[in-house]
Amino acid sequence: MIFGRSERGKPPVEPVTLKILVAGGFGVGKTTLVGAVSEIRPLRTEEYLTEAGRPVDDTSGVEGKHTTTVAMDFGRITLREDLVLYLFGTPGQERFWFMWDELSEGALGAVVLADTRRLEDCFAAVDYFERRSIPFVIGVNCFEGAAHYPAGDIRQALDLDDDVPLLLCDARDRESVKDVLIGVVEHAMEYGAERRQSVTS
Amino acid sequence: MSADGQGRSHWFDDEAGPVVRPYAMTRGRTTSAGQHRLDLIAVVVAEPHVDDPEADPSLSPEHVDIVDLCRDTPQSVAELAADLNLPIGVVRVLVGDLVDAELVHVNRPVPPAELPDESILRDVINGLRAL
Repeated sequence: MIFGRSERGKPPVEPVTLKILVAGGFGVGKTTLVGAVSEIRPLRTEEYLTEAGRPVDDTSGVEGKHTTTVAMDFGRITLREDLVLYLFGTPGQERFWFMWDELSEGALGAVVLADTRRLEDCFAAVDYFERRSIPFVIGVNCFEGAAHYPAGDIRQALDLDDDVPLLLCDARDRESVKDVLIGVVEHAMEYGAERRQSVTS
Repeated sequence: MSADGQGRSHWFDDEAGPVVRPYAMTRGRTTSAGQHRLDLIAVVVAEPHVDDPEADPSLSPEHVDIVDLCRDTPQSVAELAADLNLPIGVVRVLVGDLVDAELVHVNRPVPPAELPDESILRDVINGLRAL
């Protein structure tokens, strides 16, 4: 733990915390992206599946398994002693969307990570953030061996609004991931400014 | 579990699965009375007057662990859950108990829509650039 450590007798600094979500299909590199910039090894939190999964989860044959867990990986970036940014990888399966609601509440914004070989895997996340008016950017994870497409083609395939930024990135590369996160915050600022304008005008 | 936390180690065996079923630590409670759900990035801060939480017989070992973790360094709910290897729901209830007992307080995150101005977001961008 780095932030807030105090000298004896001095009260610890109580940081302002913000969060950015990292969404996308299974295996697209969400945890890799978090790990590329996090100052801690991505940690895992779990929640036991409650009512939401009960009709879905057929546990016959695995009666020894009492609970299903939803795991979320997250990382931390201490920007200043009093300013800490958390990154949360959203659970991949669609039936865990009740966790997304909780995660996205109060989120600064989101990265939807996309793989051009399986672009359809991120449709659900794009829909989700559009519907809830959460500012997001598309990060196209450029896997080695995957064909490169012009950004315009990808935008069209995703049916993106013009104001949604689309960035090519490498989820393993710290500088590249920093650029994506800066893109999210900049987009969130513009988004917030537009919203304020539309409220007042 | 007995109130002093001493009775835990005698009854379980491998067949029992986890040493204690997670929500047993909260005595079956899944929410804490009179509290909003704590955000994953809400920050838990130990009150400065708390010296020795272990001496308090009403606290479980997990309560004591949370106070100890938050004493030097305020911790987010997500980090507490990961460090203690407990489900988030359990940590929320236990933190609620500690708030009621005035051993910790919780700073809720400010939703971005309610930020007074953009200066914090500029600080975030500058901080990311400087990494």
